[in-house]
Amino acid sequence: MSAETQAGALEAPAAGGPLLRLRGVSKSFGPVQALTDVDFDVSPGEVVALVGDNGAGKSTLIKAISGVAPADDGEFVWDGRSVRVAAPPDSAALGIAVVYQDLALCDNLDVVANLFLGREERRGPGLAPLDEIAMEQEAKNLLASLAVRTLRSVRAEVGALSGGQRQSIAIARSLLGDPRMVILDEPTAALGVAQTAQVLDLVVRLRERGLGVILVSHNLGDVFQVADRVVVLRLGRNAGEFPAETKHRQDVLAAITGAHDDLGRLGGPDAKEVGS
Amino acid sequence: MSAATPGATPGTTEDPTMSASAAALGEERRGIGYALRKLAEGELGSLRVLIVLAIVWVIFAALNDRFLTAVNLTNLTLQIAAVGTISVGVVLVLLLGEIDLSVGAVSGLAAGVTAVLNVKHGWNPYLAIVAGLLVGTAIGVFQGSIATRLGIPSFVVTLAGLLAWTGALLKVLGETGTVNLSDPAITNLAGTFLAEPLGWLVGIAAAAAIVGTALMNRRRRQAAGLEVEPIGALALRTGAASLAILAAVAVVNADRGVPVGVLILIGLVVVFNALITRTTYGRHVLAVGGNAEAARRAGIRVTFVRTSVFALCSTLAAFGGILAASRLLAVNQSSGASDLLLLAIAGPVIAGVSLFGGRGSVWAALLGALVIGSISNGMDLLGLSSPDKFMVTGGVLLAAVSLDALSRQRRRAHGRL
Repeated sequence: MSAETQAGALEAPAAGGPLLRLRGVSKSFGPVQALTDVDFDVSPGEVVALVGDNGAGKSTLIKAISGVAPADDGEFVWDGRSVRVAAPPDSAALGIAVVYQDLALCDNLDVVANLFLGREERRGPGLAPLDEIAMEQEAKNLLASLAVRTLRSVRAEVGALSGGQRQSIAIARSLLGDPRMVILDEPTAALGVAQTAQVLDLVVRLRERGLGVILVSHNLGDVFQVADRVVVLRLGRNAGEFPAETKHRQDVLAAITGAHDDLGRLGGPDAKEVGS
Repeated sequence: MSAATPGATPGTTEDPTMSASAAALGEERRGIGYALRKLAEGELGSLRVLIVLAIVWVIFAALNDRFLTAVNLTNLTLQIAAVGTISVGVVLVLLLGEIDLSVGAVSGLAAGVTAVLNVKHGWNPYLAIVAGLLVGTAIGVFQGSIATRLGIPSFVVTLAGLLAWTGALLKVLGETGTVNLSDPAITNLAGTFLAEPLGWLVGIAAAAAIVGTALMNRRRRQAAGLEVEPIGALALRTGAASLAILAAVAVVNADRGVPVGVLILIGLVVVFNALITRTTYGRHVLAVGGNAEAARRAGIRVTFVRTSVFALCSTLAAFGGILAASRLLAVNQSSGASDLLLLAIAGPVIAGVSLFGGRGSVWAALLGALVIGSISNGMDLLGLSSPDKFMVTGGVLLAAVSLDALSRQRRRAHGRL
């Protein structure tokens, strides 16, 4: 698998056309230049790991993709069409789902309400009653299909759940809108070993479904375990791109820390050469 | 149900306390011990306020034998209609985690507008009422927009509103300072009672609706293969509610009959409770109150939700003011002033609505108004002076909020936030 994936992943953007193609994305917060001229591609059925040190611009980039904090400048191509993402509903309409590091759950609502937040099903237009039964059934099916078995009840308040359960709910929620791409922001940061393995299994399952996956992570162990390709950001710029194979571990580390300064400056294409 | 048993095994790897309590819950969840513990943890908020109400009633009944008479209880319902209506709006704002200190002043101003338009300008009474309500809506949109768009705490914005709208009322009333209402269309709001048979009909219909919807909902869940409430628990719950309704009808029918003002209040509570618990809009209100950032990321229009809730709150405050004017048969310079604002906020809080947003029921408006109204009414019967009444009401509010804080601490200690 690894050899095929490696070649496939690197050529996929040219061959099948990527799902998401960002070119020259820049974003500043006042005087702080958070992203400068960043390029980024994701293909269907591909897990792209986005890595970098604190402040490298990973979070800013995913906020630009999701529309939470739109980019100031740059080209956003989705499925071959140039689009504008100015707010979260825009990215959701394209089929982009985001699981934030802080999970963005409402502790005062139950599991069903959280899963369907912002896309509630109802039995008619406008102020028609919520279709609680349909939502509860779908929630149960979804959680069962993801092998989330530790939940006592889908009517339990989310604030009462454990960290692992909350993470499962957040990831399950991202799948409800039938997305084409899922962004996972540090999905394993707060988890123990067993739950991390579960989440990584889930990432593999997302890829098998043909979804594009962006995996933001600090943990290179996770990255090399599930990703197809590793994109490194450093100080808000592209700092290299590698096939996710353990033999490139040192190169990835070097790109993250900027140890080879020439590597950082040369950017994408040359870094690829180093990789292959 | 099936999830509980297999869940216990994999659960041990991640969270032993959770799975242990889950197993215990499986057996105990319907038991009396479970109910008592839930009560202590504040999950059965409505039941807790009913117990507080019962205690208040027992105390006053013991101190004064006129307290539990049909006449006095009917008076009590008349006394709470206006403040309860204002409280409905306050609950909505509290669910957002915000507060509206202007409800008293808005209620006075709206009543003043309605009275002046009707009495001094000869407007059709219904048009005058609508105008008063629209004044409330406009104020709510204004205050809500300022609070949400400029990011100023609603506490400050509505505090400014309290002052400004109090001044506006004085201007509207003009030199005389009092406008007496005589138009039956307005005074009948608070002064009409249903005939005895009609009162029974309404009571029976309400009881039937409660039992009917509960049974229908249960059947639909059963047909869908979902977990259902045990039929015994359902019978107990709906039976108790139905009995309470019929008992209330019997009591007020022994006096003058079912007051229309109270029917209006209960109708508003039912409608807004359905809005909050059964519609997308209500779900979004709770989400914004629970975690505004999560709501925003889920694509909910947080600014719209906040502004519209302030608009609803001020509109309900306006209606409460009109009901109060209808009962008083006049609007004067102290309409909506004094302790009205404080009681309208204290009621829902006593009845378990969280000040931190996201938790609480619209029924708290009615139940809270009943508790506060009962205390006030009882102290009047005992001939207590105004200073004593203020101090006792303050004590009850403090006790209720302390109880709420204690139950929250208990929840946290049990790993439930």
